[in-house]
Amino acid sequence: MDIKTEVIAQFKQVAQEHDKQLAPLTDNLALLDSGLDSLCFAIVVARLENSLGKDPFSDDEDARFPVTFGDFIRFYEHAAS
Amino acid sequence: MQQAKTACLKASIVAAGSLSSRILVGLDAKATWEELIHGSIFKGPTDGLHGKSVVIATSDQFRAAAALIELDGVARRIVLCPPDLSLEQLLYVAKTAEADVLVTDQAETAAVNHGAGRVIFCGRNVVPVKADRVSDYASAIETEWILLTSGTTGHPKLAVHTLASLAGSAWHTDPASASLVWSTFYDIRRYGGLHIFLHAALTGTSLVVSSALEPTADFLVRAGTHGVTNISGTPSHWRRALMSPLADRIAPEYIRMSGEIVDQAILNQVQAQYPHARVAHTFASTEAGVGFNVNDGLMGFPAETLTGNPLIEMKVKDGTLRIRSTRTAVRYLGEDSPALKDAEGFVDTGDTLELRNGRYYFTGRRDGTINVGGYKVHPEEVEAVINRHPVVAMSLVKAKKNPITGALVVADVVLKNSPMDCSLDPLQRDILQLCRAELAPHMVPTVINIVPMLAVGESGKLVRRA
Repeated sequence: MDIKTEVIAQFKQVAQEHDKQLAPLTDNLALLDSGLDSLCFAIVVARLENSLGKDPFSDDEDARFPVTFGDFIRFYEHAAS
Repeated sequence: MQQAKTACLKASIVAAGSLSSRILVGLDAKATWEELIHGSIFKGPTDGLHGKSVVIATSDQFRAAAALIELDGVARRIVLCPPDLSLEQLLYVAKTAEADVLVTDQAETAAVNHGAGRVIFCGRNVVPVKADRVSDYASAIETEWILLTSGTTGHPKLAVHTLASLAGSAWHTDPASASLVWSTFYDIRRYGGLHIFLHAALTGTSLVVSSALEPTADFLVRAGTHGVTNISGTPSHWRRALMSPLADRIAPEYIRMSGEIVDQAILNQVQAQYPHARVAHTFASTEAGVGFNVNDGLMGFPAETLTGNPLIEMKVKDGTLRIRSTRTAVRYLGEDSPALKDAEGFVDTGDTLELRNGRYYFTGRRDGTINVGGYKVHPEEVEAVINRHPVVAMSLVKAKKNPITGALVVADVVLKNSPMDCSLDPLQRDILQLCRAELAPHMVPTVINIVPMLAVGESGKLVRRA
């Protein structure tokens, strides 16, 4: 499964479920400007764990938190590789 | 036991000194402690408050702080309403607290038939008071401070504190404090934030308070602009801060986490972002007060912590942490309210612990309460909604660990009839839709699992822990 496609799909799905206005998902978009709140991010991460079988936030205790949407994609791509 | 102090908040702030150089900063208002001491946030006359029960339901923290300073020592009881309190819950709180006066800045709140006979409106800023009100405070009474915590029935529980139990040891002004600037991601109308507010007020520091209306990045910039040196929040607050490109706008010397289970990842991540800061975590709760600080950079706490402080007695009984000290709440308000302490005066925190290699680790809540980013979710409340669905026989709501909010809510659901003859997907969506209509977002299960059965114990109750 293409990770970026799956991440975008989950961002859109969760935003829709929570009536959030999602900003255009460009690589440089700051995650905190995406329109999702902490609860939405938590749900995105939980669903990605189901679909991709990975939770890079929990797998590495020393990992730096992603700041932009591009960082977020790379965070999962590196975890999956 | 420590002797309880009876000096009122205003007198204690004056005793802390440096009044004109220390400031309290809100989102759209600020004042020196001097201005707060000698001014008023209230519009109109403020006489006749002596001995009254006053509910503070303001739209922001700055106004609430100013009202607290003004009312402690004068009112018999002050009730601090958190920002997300519904009007229905406000009615319940005002009735339970036998409110005489409502303090608010919102016409909508004032219009509610809350049972309090009088409404006092707040302005945005503190203005000097002409009248000499020294006599109000010369005969200061010990005011009850009422903090709200979530209850299983949907109504909040009203925990009774005093200024002495809330402030604890924060009475000794350190000359070095004058250069400190505290801040907190917490709302000061909840225990975690109120603790910081009182610490700043009574030890002689400035304080920058947050706002629910302010994006995290803006708050970080504002806190940085005011030179915040000490800052507290939940692990979820910190995870959100670390996701901000402006996390480097603050350069704290001291960081404290509390309010949720602190894991090693968030300790390491915060330390990596702020390598020069001392990173600590604290155990505290509205009912049990402050328990202890952990300063060794590791999750959990050394077993000897339980016996390390003669002023705060702690023990583990039946798997949960129990605390007895002058910092605990006194009781719950209201008829038929449960006992807050056991016969020996210990508060059962309900937090379960596991001892491994000389260190205790928090494992969750005995009653199954789920902490979603600092918000408590009582499974029974969510189950009651799910069980209303016509095809649901019973349900069990539980926590799923999550690296962003600590936990999320998931539900196991047993159907009345065998689910084999219908598609589950639309049914799960239907149950979720019901939950979204009835519950706050953090209470809505993220997953509905259809299961064949749930374990029921000898008491006839659902088995909540494996």
